[in-house]
Amino acid sequence: MSDSYDTPVSIGMKRIGELLIQDKRLDGRGLLDYREIKTETGIVGKANGSALVSLGKTKVMVGIKVETGTPFPDSPEEGVLTVNAELVPLASPSFETGPPGEKAIELARVVDRGIRESKSIDTKKLCIVPGKKVFIVFVDIYVLDHDGNLFDASALASMLALSTAKIREFETKDDAVVYKENLVSLPLQNHVIEVTMAKIGDKLVVDPSLEEESAVDAQITIAVDDNNMICATQKSQTGVFTTTDILQAVKIAQAKATELREKFLGGTHE
Amino acid sequence: MNRNLNQTKNEKLISEDGKRADGRGPNDLRPVKIEIGTLEKADGSAYIEWGKNKILAAVYGPREVHPRHLALPDRTLFRCRYHMAPFSTSERKNPAPSRREIELSKVIRDSIEPVIFTELFPRTGIDVFIEVLESDGGTRCAGITVASLALADAGIPMKDLVAACAAGKIDDQVVLDLSDIEDQKGQADLPVAISPRTERISLLQMDGLMSYEEYEKALNLAVEGCKRLHAMQQEALKKKFAVDEEEAKGETEDEVSSE
Repeated sequence: MSDSYDTPVSIGMKRIGELLIQDKRLDGRGLLDYREIKTETGIVGKANGSALVSLGKTKVMVGIKVETGTPFPDSPEEGVLTVNAELVPLASPSFETGPPGEKAIELARVVDRGIRESKSIDTKKLCIVPGKKVFIVFVDIYVLDHDGNLFDASALASMLALSTAKIREFETKDDAVVYKENLVSLPLQNHVIEVTMAKIGDKLVVDPSLEEESAVDAQITIAVDDNNMICATQKSQTGVFTTTDILQAVKIAQAKATELREKFLGGTHE
Repeated sequence: MNRNLNQTKNEKLISEDGKRADGRGPNDLRPVKIEIGTLEKADGSAYIEWGKNKILAAVYGPREVHPRHLALPDRTLFRCRYHMAPFSTSERKNPAPSRREIELSKVIRDSIEPVIFTELFPRTGIDVFIEVLESDGGTRCAGITVASLALADAGIPMKDLVAACAAGKIDDQVVLDLSDIEDQKGQADLPVAISPRTERISLLQMDGLMSYEEYEKALNLAVEGCKRLHAMQQEALKKKFAVDEEEAKGETEDEVSSE
């Protein structure tokens, strides 16, 4: 293969590999560094909660809408969480119009798993009439610019949007909801952070950029909660890990999650 | 389906004597039965019964790709479809592919593709169909295990088989191979697939809550389970393809003489 002509992509991949041998990355980051993260919340007035997260050049917006509906039969006293992701065609030349494909579905389900398994939302407090009426929390992930690592950007934006979301205070009277004037926060009891790592050659790097994703052997996303418990994992992309890789990735994820939580979710839950 | 939360909390998944609801110990697999070459028309097929799971897998290809523009110039297009029959669950499942099935199809494909010599068949496609006829927890692992056998049955050149098995946490204890009820009421589930020859992990998912120590224990236990499944895979392949030594001798001689 090395005899064939180099393409810009293969030159990039080669360079990524060469730099990694010296523990360096294309954009000058250390192996375990995130790109610069900027967050903004409350940007969409019509939504109950919203957030925009930029992770380097990746931009993900999340809007929360809270509506009422019927609970699932196997959890009649709990509110419902629904996570959906749209890979909007303006975000990347590889995104197409149409219903969500497997990439969008995987993204939504991995973010969903993190929030659900960490029990970040106290769904029992979202019950209005047991078995009949509950609040449904819609988390809509909108990818605006795809420059790699959509998992972490989407999970962080979702958590920020949830923790700043407001709903009208309510009371239940004779199986009907009576809304009051003042706004209250959604009942949150935990905060999940997702950390994605890529294995390139024999190195693990945190927060792969799009360019790095093209050189990736395998990728793993690990969700960690407030108590440093692991609440979800997803190996994505073709490619393989050793057991040692995975346990090392879990440790890195725990350390990184603590760092991100302090920085971005520290003051948001009251 | 009338579970309420109090019930869930009181019900023990592991009894006083350390036995699970179906009588297994913490490190026991459910009984597994494998059959290879079950289907007539498919290029390769296999069937697995794993506990109450009943799963069929069929392989078609390498064959022409439809739609044609999806064909790849340098390797085969490897596709997987994981699908559950409407009658395979306690409540009828809508036969249209759910989001869960679409995600599982993707991760199953990602877990098997690394062992296939895809570059041997450029411009073609290999399709794997996994049909869950009855489900009882752990269908993705059973699906991967049986699909890799169907690929072997189809004679697709592979670097290795893929064997899968889950570990999880129930009643604060790490156990192997969760059943449906243990998955629903338990605390965590960690499905793993490995290529047994190199012990590389090609599928890893997890949901639930585990500490680092529990995670490490569960991961190692799941890998151990995969190895046991691999032994059963080999056994099933031998049963189907091993030939009588006398016969084999005869055949080789025939071949030599005809050359």
